[in-house]
Amino acid sequence: MEKLTSVEGRAYPFGMKNVDTDIVIPAHWLKTISRAGLGRGAFEVLRKEPGNVFDDPEYAGSPILIAGDNFGCGSSREHAAWALGDLGIRVVIAPSFSDIFSGNAFKNGILTVVLPQEAIDRLMEVAKTDPIHVDLESQTVTTEFQDRFGFDIDPFRKHCLLGGLDEIGLTLDEADVIDRYEAQVAGERPWLVPAIA
Amino acid sequence: MVKLRTLYEKIWDAHVVERRPDGTCLIYIDRHLVHEVTSPQAFEGLRLAGRKVRRPDLTLAVPDHNLPTTARRDAAGNRIPIADPESAQQLAALERNAPEFGVRLIGDADPEQGIVHVIGPEQGFTLPGTTLVCGDSHTSSHGALGALAFGIGTSEVEHVLATQTLLLKQSKTMEVVVEGELGFGVTPKDVALAICGRIGTAGGTGYVMEYRGSVFRDMSVEGRLTVANMSIEAGARSGLFAPDEKTFAYLEGRPMAPRGEAWDAAVAWWKTLHTDEGAVFDKTVVIDAADISPSVTWGTSPEDVVPVTGVVPDPESFADASKRAAAQKSLDYMGLSAGQRMEDVAVEHIFIGSCTNSRIEDLRAAAALLQGRRIADSIKHAMVVPGSGLVKRQAEAEGLDRIFTAAGFEWREPGCSACLGMNPDRVPAGERCASTSNRNFMGRQGPGSRTHLVSPIMAAAAAITGRLTDVREWMDKKEGVAA
Repeated sequence: MEKLTSVEGRAYPFGMKNVDTDIVIPAHWLKTISRAGLGRGAFEVLRKEPGNVFDDPEYAGSPILIAGDNFGCGSSREHAAWALGDLGIRVVIAPSFSDIFSGNAFKNGILTVVLPQEAIDRLMEVAKTDPIHVDLESQTVTTEFQDRFGFDIDPFRKHCLLGGLDEIGLTLDEADVIDRYEAQVAGERPWLVPAIA
Repeated sequence: MVKLRTLYEKIWDAHVVERRPDGTCLIYIDRHLVHEVTSPQAFEGLRLAGRKVRRPDLTLAVPDHNLPTTARRDAAGNRIPIADPESAQQLAALERNAPEFGVRLIGDADPEQGIVHVIGPEQGFTLPGTTLVCGDSHTSSHGALGALAFGIGTSEVEHVLATQTLLLKQSKTMEVVVEGELGFGVTPKDVALAICGRIGTAGGTGYVMEYRGSVFRDMSVEGRLTVANMSIEAGARSGLFAPDEKTFAYLEGRPMAPRGEAWDAAVAWWKTLHTDEGAVFDKTVVIDAADISPSVTWGTSPEDVVPVTGVVPDPESFADASKRAAAQKSLDYMGLSAGQRMEDVAVEHIFIGSCTNSRIEDLRAAAALLQGRRIADSIKHAMVVPGSGLVKRQAEAEGLDRIFTAAGFEWREPGCSACLGMNPDRVPAGERCASTSNRNFMGRQGPGSRTHLVSPIMAAAAAITGRLTDVREWMDKKEGVAA
């Protein structure tokens, strides 16, 4: 997982509420076999509308997305996080997120920042003309206009994002604990290994 | 004093590898089922990181979601190419990844191939008291055998492949009690729909359910699979049945189940897997069996359930404003209006299949109703898709395929089929399907498709009349039809 310490850049002033994962990435994109390349399908339906922020050259390549309430609701498809990552987004800022989406985003090195609606409104305004700065170490979102918004994050997630540590690597570091469990169970419930494998 | 525990807590405790200070536990996973849609990126991740599958012997792969349900080999035994290049690519990826990582693959034309949630129990891969995961939300099905089974995302699939564990927080517990005797024509599917209707699709969120009471004790293992399958439609990632003599009888002799002394040892442990008398659930839901009727859905959520003899509800009758708006949107999508009798709703498509209702008992029940009858002229397409190759063979040995085809149904190869629009089996926009599947979401059976969830015998009755129909009227006229 790529490290995330601070992100500075333009932000898509998106703002839409209840964005479900079908909006982020429609179902027909689920037939891929790679995490890469899904950016092309991100917000596919919205991008058919003229004047959408995703095709506005002003915001091209922005690393930050500002959205409305309940971002990432709907199905558990991890493709939504992959699509955002492939689009170059490292931070999504919204008043609230679906739990599953937040988890999927985190597992893919994307930071989800929860801020109150007033802060979102202000950042939406700034984003139209100027960059936004997100600092994970100090847990703040700041602008060049003295705006400063603090946010909360689970300490474990912060630790992983700052260090670029992936969960699998962390669990594999504890392989000896898993070995011990397996050895114990092999004694207690030996029938657990399938009869034919 | 020993702490009184629920079944869920007993299984959880037996799988804790490590407990962290914040309550998160590293949980050991005994069984991992893999299919072609949610696994390619997980295997890709392993490959990129130079990791291997920790326990290929506890992992079983099978294609189901994308696979067309038409013939897969020609007369000479050559593979018939899959028209959709993306489906073909996902299937090819599974066929490449499984051997590369040493995972057993049941191939697309193997007699054991089928829907991942049908073949797990059928092969005896699913066992009581195990933790079982799969990158699919209907993994809850396996709870019917007393396995703690739940769906996971692709990163979690990769985590399980690499470590055979998952980091989880313990869920709350909910008992769903249905006491009494099910009425004539009332099936396990109707019980599952009744639960969705009663508690809503978010009612079980954050909980693991346990199905308790005489109705579930008396229910066959296959019926329990239908009920557990739809736990997720009521919001619960898992739904459990305590293993009992029926469970043991179902599993004994299955290819991957323990044998001999190992079997005896396993049964001895499984017999301890029940909620202790006096153990407390975080929530209890009680439903009287007598209140459950043969049911249909009218909307675009599995909680939109009414008795088939009922009418489309008036959106204005819902107390909460967001529900009123959702109901109106559903009715607009479904092309229905408030007060319309469900039995007046004409359907053009019939789908008997999916991980909810594609096992042999489902097919027997539907065939018994269709014996000697024909589908209505107004039905454009009726299809039976057995849940596995073994179900298909069994049905053919019993002559069920001939009953279905004589009635005007197509008899297909096993797969997920028209349950979701990922393979060629779809319902056209604006057309209506009486379907034995689990989700009536907008566009689920294809863009613009309209789905009415029903039991297999209700689907058969709708096929005969060309409209949603109270199956009891047809059962009265015929001897020997079992619900």
